[in-house]
Amino acid sequence: MTMTPHVDVRGLCVTVRAPDGSPLRIVDNVSFAIPRSEVLALIGESGSGKTTIALSLMGYARGGARISGQITVGEATLDGAGDKGLAAQRGHRITYVAQSAAAAFNPSRRVIEQVIEPALIHGTATDAQARARAVELFAALALPNPQTIGSRYPHELSGGQLQRLMAAMALITRPDLVIFDEPTTALDVTTQVEVLQAFRKVVREQGATGVYVSHDLAVVAQMADQVLVLNRGTVREQNAVRAVLEAPADDYTRTLLAAAQPVLKTVVPVAVKPAPLLSISGIHAGYGSIDRQGRPAHPVLSDVSLTVPRGGAVGVIGESGSGKSTVARVVAGLLAPTAGEVVLDGQTLAASLSERGREELRRIQIVFQNADVALNPAHSVGDILGRVLRFYHGMSGRAATARVAELLDLIRLPSAVAGRRCDELSGGQKQRVNLARALAANPDVILCDEVTSALDTVVREAILDLLAELRRDLGVAYLFISHDIATVKALCDEIVVLYKGTRVESGQSGTYNAPPYHPYTDLLISSVPELRTDWLSGVGPKATPQLGAVTDDAGLCRFLPRCPVAIAGRCDTSPPPLRLMDAGNAVLCHRTESELAH
Amino acid sequence: MANLIRRATRLPLPGKIGLALVLFWIVIAVIGPWIAPYPPGSFVNEEVFAGSSRAYWLGSDFLGRDVLSRLVSGARFTVGLSAIAVTIAASIGTGLALTAAVGPRWLDELLSRAMDTLISIPSKIFALVLVAAFGSSMALLTLIIAITYIPGNFRIARSLAVGLAKLDYVEVARARGEGRLHLAVVEILPNILKPLFADIGLRFVFIVLLLSGLSFLGLGLQPPDADLGSLVRENTSGLAEGALAIIAPAAAIASLTVGVNLLIDAATQGKAE
Repeated sequence: MTMTPHVDVRGLCVTVRAPDGSPLRIVDNVSFAIPRSEVLALIGESGSGKTTIALSLMGYARGGARISGQITVGEATLDGAGDKGLAAQRGHRITYVAQSAAAAFNPSRRVIEQVIEPALIHGTATDAQARARAVELFAALALPNPQTIGSRYPHELSGGQLQRLMAAMALITRPDLVIFDEPTTALDVTTQVEVLQAFRKVVREQGATGVYVSHDLAVVAQMADQVLVLNRGTVREQNAVRAVLEAPADDYTRTLLAAAQPVLKTVVPVAVKPAPLLSISGIHAGYGSIDRQGRPAHPVLSDVSLTVPRGGAVGVIGESGSGKSTVARVVAGLLAPTAGEVVLDGQTLAASLSERGREELRRIQIVFQNADVALNPAHSVGDILGRVLRFYHGMSGRAATARVAELLDLIRLPSAVAGRRCDELSGGQKQRVNLARALAANPDVILCDEVTSALDTVVREAILDLLAELRRDLGVAYLFISHDIATVKALCDEIVVLYKGTRVESGQSGTYNAPPYHPYTDLLISSVPELRTDWLSGVGPKATPQLGAVTDDAGLCRFLPRCPVAIAGRCDTSPPPLRLMDAGNAVLCHRTESELAH
Repeated sequence: MANLIRRATRLPLPGKIGLALVLFWIVIAVIGPWIAPYPPGSFVNEEVFAGSSRAYWLGSDFLGRDVLSRLVSGARFTVGLSAIAVTIAASIGTGLALTAAVGPRWLDELLSRAMDTLISIPSKIFALVLVAAFGSSMALLTLIIAITYIPGNFRIARSLAVGLAKLDYVEVARARGEGRLHLAVVEILPNILKPLFADIGLRFVFIVLLLSGLSFLGLGLQPPDADLGSLVRENTSGLAEGALAIIAPAAAIASLTVGVNLLIDAATQGKAE
């Protein structure tokens, strides 16, 4: 039985005009076919054209771009179809799940109205039928309370829930093709697992045909049947997902695979000087007005302590809302803690910025996640670095210019970059300049707040290598904050795990290779997708024991509501003890070492 | 300078037209009194509301004065007063806005509420009361107009600056230990200039219109001085006969305001360099 492919793309090119007016092909001669009920993954770095290809499957090109080639989806031919023909396809036969569902929902309308809208617009179902199908899809996507969740507003739902609701919206018209555009990239790893499982289940049950756009090979391994590896708009490799993972045929695929598991090329000798450089102890902090007991309206951190040795690297991990960035803000003096102290080299630092001396400020530098907003777009790279030199070291004129060139050399950028504005640089280059600004102060410790999170895997690895090199050559210490345990393990000697502002575990990074660890650490580690296709089937939210109503007592374990190994009568009545494991890691849990080791 | 010329040549056509109109009016404002064929206050024509002729290009007004001479002399009041007033309004408004953005919270509240109070007074009534109390003078007019337009500029500049003050690059500068003046002037100000210039241009137009309106009501410049608005008012009796004396200054106001708008739209739409 020969079957024509369900989705057929031949010789797809997308052309834009380069700044000098000449035509520039951003997608060059891409052909692929997807059989019915299969998922094809488009994978590559940013700028590889993967989203452009996905959008062109809807006959859509961003301003000024031109699509050529043959595109057939189901029975419809998209090339040459006019605006009216395309409008009939979009949201009906071909649907789209965007990266940020939070930005894709209208905040002032109930979600069910938005989910059933495509069906009503295209007249595929009556209002009652569409609502019934929506509830069915909510249940299939494992959303809580499928009957009633639709009557909520977007701001009442979490990012992971919105992402699943958006998938429901995409599936409501029983489309020929669903395009998933990086739908889990913005989610925490623990949430990502749930969303991926829901997506996979619903895609299989509904027999949907899909295109899954992602930069993350491990995620793709769970979702796709076929993989198309893209680089600069051309196809590097196309094969079944297992074949790509196990026997990559192309060099570029191998680079991607290597970057998915960061291993540093630069080996840093373990800090021989155990002298503490920076230590914070008993930090309580939060936002909002402070009440009479000295507690803020929105407490974020409670009793957090950690120590960074001279030249050491300490990682802080946790999901969004764990308070990990707040730790950096407290150390930098941007947020005054309500209790606890920050000690640098034996000197207790003042809580607020204005009371710290310039020399104290110089020794601690902070680097933010998003270089796009961390570098002032009105200034040139030379101005940005030069200001730090003048401010802390009183350097100007030729000495400053020479030092700027030296700094740029340190971060592997040509000295000509000094004259450029930041918006002329690539994401990785900006992040390097962001680092160079901190280095310009000659700091003792750099607070890195998610510095690699916004970067592609390949660029991320280069930045991590740079960080390790700088540490080796300059002896600078890091407080490295990240949500990605693989990144932290690659760079840091010591790791602290935060959950809802409490330190639940701390230890040498080697102790995170195998249990025993805290149940939350266990969840974090097991949620990181692995490069094998059967990984997703093996993990799953473990059933949490039913414990009656948990009082919101500050003393109790914060992880209790999500803990799969909680003990009724113990965990919900008394605060957890800090246990020291044989491997040297300290765990805040009622369970004993042998129980945690499973 | 060369940079400015390069940017001017890169403007789209409407922007070039706007630039030409604005330059034209600036030149007229500067050299007006020297190119006026007759003294602006003298009665030179027997006929009132005369049409265009070789001796009187734009005809004569309701007293038989030369309209062209009065127009080129009046332009300097309209362009000059408006430019000075908008500069004062924008400097004070943006200055206070930056203070509010980098200063303590209570100061922001205080300034914002004070501006809300000021903005709730209707501008024409405000001007009427002050002119009635102190009499009309050029300095007072400029001051009244400047005060009227401070709150609007403050609000726009403050909302832009407060948004930027939370951005990471300002946080980094704060963490470095930079003073508030540096945060405001070096980190924030350059990034709000573009939308601010759009706002300033609009306000310039509003001021031209307010000044013309005040003159039309007789509260603006006092005779024999006349800005473009006064010229329209004093010749209203010629409206019925479609006299050039009323059309010419009205067209002058229109071309100035349209020119400024075209220029600003074109100049602020381009990509950030």
